[in-house]
Amino acid sequence: MADRRYTKTHEWVTVDGNQATIGITDFAQSQLGDVVFMELPSTGRKLAARETFGVIESVKAASDLYAPIAGRITAVNEKLSSKPELINSDPYGEGWILKLDLAGDLPDDLLDEAGYKKVTEASAE
Amino acid sequence: MTEPLSFELSRPAVDPPRLPDAEVDGPAPSDVLPHDALRAKPPGLPRLSEPEIMRHYSRMASLNYSISENFYPLGSCTMKYNPVVNEAAAALPGFADLHPYQDEETVQGALELMWRLERALCAIVGVDRVTLQPAAGAHGEWTALRMIRAYQHSKGEARSEVLVPDSAHGTNPASAALSGFQVLEVRSGGDGRISLADLESKLSPRTSALMLTNPNTLGLFEREILDIAELVHSTGAMLYYDGANLNAFMGICRPGDMGFDAVHMNLHKTFTTPHGGGGPGAGPVGVKAELVPFLPSPMVERTNGHLTLDHKRPQSIGRVRSFYGNFGMLVRAYTYILSMGGDGLSQASQDAVLSANYLRKQLEDDLEMPHDGPCMHEFVASAHGLTVHNGIRALDIAKALLDRNFYAPTVYFPLVVPEAIMVEPTETESKATLDSFATAVKDIVAEAATNPQGLHDQPKHTPVGRLDEVAAARRINAYLQGLSEDPVLRWKALPETVPEPAC
Repeated sequence: MADRRYTKTHEWVTVDGNQATIGITDFAQSQLGDVVFMELPSTGRKLAARETFGVIESVKAASDLYAPIAGRITAVNEKLSSKPELINSDPYGEGWILKLDLAGDLPDDLLDEAGYKKVTEASAE
Repeated sequence: MTEPLSFELSRPAVDPPRLPDAEVDGPAPSDVLPHDALRAKPPGLPRLSEPEIMRHYSRMASLNYSISENFYPLGSCTMKYNPVVNEAAAALPGFADLHPYQDEETVQGALELMWRLERALCAIVGVDRVTLQPAAGAHGEWTALRMIRAYQHSKGEARSEVLVPDSAHGTNPASAALSGFQVLEVRSGGDGRISLADLESKLSPRTSALMLTNPNTLGLFEREILDIAELVHSTGAMLYYDGANLNAFMGICRPGDMGFDAVHMNLHKTFTTPHGGGGPGAGPVGVKAELVPFLPSPMVERTNGHLTLDHKRPQSIGRVRSFYGNFGMLVRAYTYILSMGGDGLSQASQDAVLSANYLRKQLEDDLEMPHDGPCMHEFVASAHGLTVHNGIRALDIAKALLDRNFYAPTVYFPLVVPEAIMVEPTETESKATLDSFATAVKDIVAEAATNPQGLHDQPKHTPVGRLDEVAAARRINAYLQGLSEDPVLRWKALPETVPEPAC
């Protein structure tokens, strides 16, 4: 998807009008390995860009989840509570994490596909 | 093969356990206990003959893996042999049979031991006083941060941030967060050591402390520690020493001399008291003079040879542990220090560093060594190449070592090294043991190229084989969230195997 944008901390975001959807990237899920648990926020909470909003846990590690953009949470992917493996099998589709009402402009440090690819190549070495 | 529970082995034909009659006359339970606390039926205790129960426990003991039998190459968690003389000292009736409410006059020997142990620890790490109360390393971290905060408050400062390196033990950020601090991460440089430039950029008037392990969790000595200390102190913050890796330089250099203001020590690591399931632990904290008024109460004081417990400490952060800490561990650690002596302790550290470097050298052609040697008392290798070429991960190597009669090393820590394998052999292992461990790793690496599936299926000779950790974690999380009744996490008596004992 061309309009998918990325962060250096391996989250992705797509924007449709005022509504943004966020998740973690395919590279992130492959590095984490099998995801076993997600700690997610409730709807209604306001997030600042780069704020920690939850925790993702695999058998290897527990990592913080960061909001790539600012906004108010309108939906949380409830399926992830019982099926955290959706993050591994379909990180850009069924494994989405939050939907947000955008607050303000997108941060200018979001990366496009090519920019993010450079980040993953650097960390894979 | 695993061992059934004693309840599952229970045989109804065996007579119920017979308890001796009470030697004192007491009231009937129904006269003194509330109704809902009274049993309607006798407890369903397992019924086994003495040889049966003895064999049950002996079989379980034989399934254990222990430091008394085999080598633990566990990194970052010094797993020392526990000398038997420690147990002999701890079992002396004058120590073992004390009651914590006994009058001070009747426990002068125990207080003397605490006082002398404190002096010894002060000398080893270079501080002015030590509290013996904390029951573990993380408890010591928390205690030290509370003291640092109290000290800074007493000067009218409200500092809200604690810095930890990205290679830190996970307990460091956890202790800081539990103490109410914001945690900022300081990055390592390419040489695996803390980046001074990044440290400088994170330090501010909000910084309360930097928590540092030296040598760090990569087994590397922070060579710029004096510059780090100067930087931290120049902002008015304090320097905290995580003592997990103290075994690298006992009697050779001292955290206090490096500029650390508060220092914790793990008696269950460096000072040979039992560890893990054999605990409890003990994590004394030593401090420099400016933090002394804030140490937990009580402190043992000695005046003209008479020992007292001093509770009159108005600036103290209070008690952090019931009574006086895990006293039995204090006896064991003091026994170890006395039996080794100062020269013995520094020899132990030198031997620990030698063992680690020997093993690192043995394995440098088999695993990647992401940082230049020499190392201190431990080293971190990486299985990244094997993962890329053969699909063999650090986890597979750890599991395969179990089949070769070794405990698994620490894997996936520190987080800054991919597919990390962290090894700390300690000073007590012979060259023969180190060689046999190296041979086992080489054997596994060779098998990775020829038969990777064989490695995925190991261990095969342990009581329990390879577990599906993903399924286990997911199912337990589903259970904890109330999404599933499975797995059964609490054992329930099977009615047919536990008959009502006849009364």
